[in-house]
Amino acid sequence: MNVLIMGCGRLGARIAGTLDAAGHNVTILDTSQTSFRRLPEDFRGTKAIGNGMDGPVLERAGIREMHAFLAVTQGDNRNYFASQMAREVYGVKRVLCRIYDPIREQIFRELGLETFSPTSLGAQIMVDMLLGTAPAEK
Amino acid sequence: MYIVVAGGGKVGFHLAQELLQGNNEVLVVERDPVRAAAISEDIGDGVMTGDSCEVTTLDAAGISRADLVAAVTGDDEDNLVICEIARRRGVPRTIARINNPKNELLFKKRGIETTISATQAILAQIEQELPTHELIPLLQLHSGLEIIELKLPVTSPAAGRALREVLLPPESLICLIVDPGGMPRMPGGDTRLNAGDALVLVTRVESVSMLREVLIGSTHGLDT
Repeated sequence: MNVLIMGCGRLGARIAGTLDAAGHNVTILDTSQTSFRRLPEDFRGTKAIGNGMDGPVLERAGIREMHAFLAVTQGDNRNYFASQMAREVYGVKRVLCRIYDPIREQIFRELGLETFSPTSLGAQIMVDMLLGTAPAEK
Repeated sequence: MYIVVAGGGKVGFHLAQELLQGNNEVLVVERDPVRAAAISEDIGDGVMTGDSCEVTTLDAAGISRADLVAAVTGDDEDNLVICEIARRRGVPRTIARINNPKNELLFKKRGIETTISATQAILAQIEQELPTHELIPLLQLHSGLEIIELKLPVTSPAAGRALREVLLPPESLICLIVDPGGMPRMPGGDTRLNAGDALVLVTRVESVSMLREVLIGSTHGLDT
């Protein structure tokens, strides 16, 4: 599967490493070269520099050949914007998007994106840990 | 009318001033408290401090009873999110400021029809006053269509691509390609566009600038 990941933070780098190790064709995009230091040393995928909200940047990163697009920058609105570009303008089939704000996450999901909120999930897990209830599914 | 202006920069501030003079009820939502206080000195309590991308802020601004939301921050992604949330809250009209003219297509695809781009407006004015040699309007048809001739520069983002890979604006068609040797060709999906080709196109008048972006590329020095 051809996957384009926008944002090479801890999460993006980890996803990139995992998918690459599993034999997928990964391109990772970040505005800063130094972010790529987070990638595993044996990463075989493509590193691209640029802002994923910019059409020509996405095109250079091969967006038209992608089966999936993952938006995991620090900015909720940036992730949303780039995800909609991937979906609406370039017709990428699977578009996954991290949204920190649980309220916006729900709205964006209702607007058709595959979203998740680390805030909601993390809160649930910690509450379960503290109270000793069953760990959250998912 | 009750109008929520998201973003209290120069655009938002002067917009609010004008709207207030027209006897509208106006609320400016501005993230920066210092900026909000400065606006408040001029327009009184028609300003609220908060991040207008936050649903809770917009709810506190009474967005669901707004007749119109104008998203005029300096960030296109924020303006898109503000308009999306406003529409989910039942606001009948949203207007978005677009800073990067390339983003207009996405706003349209998301159903946000009213977008204003100062960059685009200035560019259109320049084009009107000083037609660049790469794009020559040949004929205006009725129904808003226009026939133009366009010469692909070496910097064209479409150069070297097959026609099917080039995303033209809606209702735009390349009818004829004349290569630098003067040979005319009828284009098909596999036809490759090359720098130096002259294209004859039909397009909508309002799509000409988008077409320019796609076929000629950025000409105003924006770093892309």
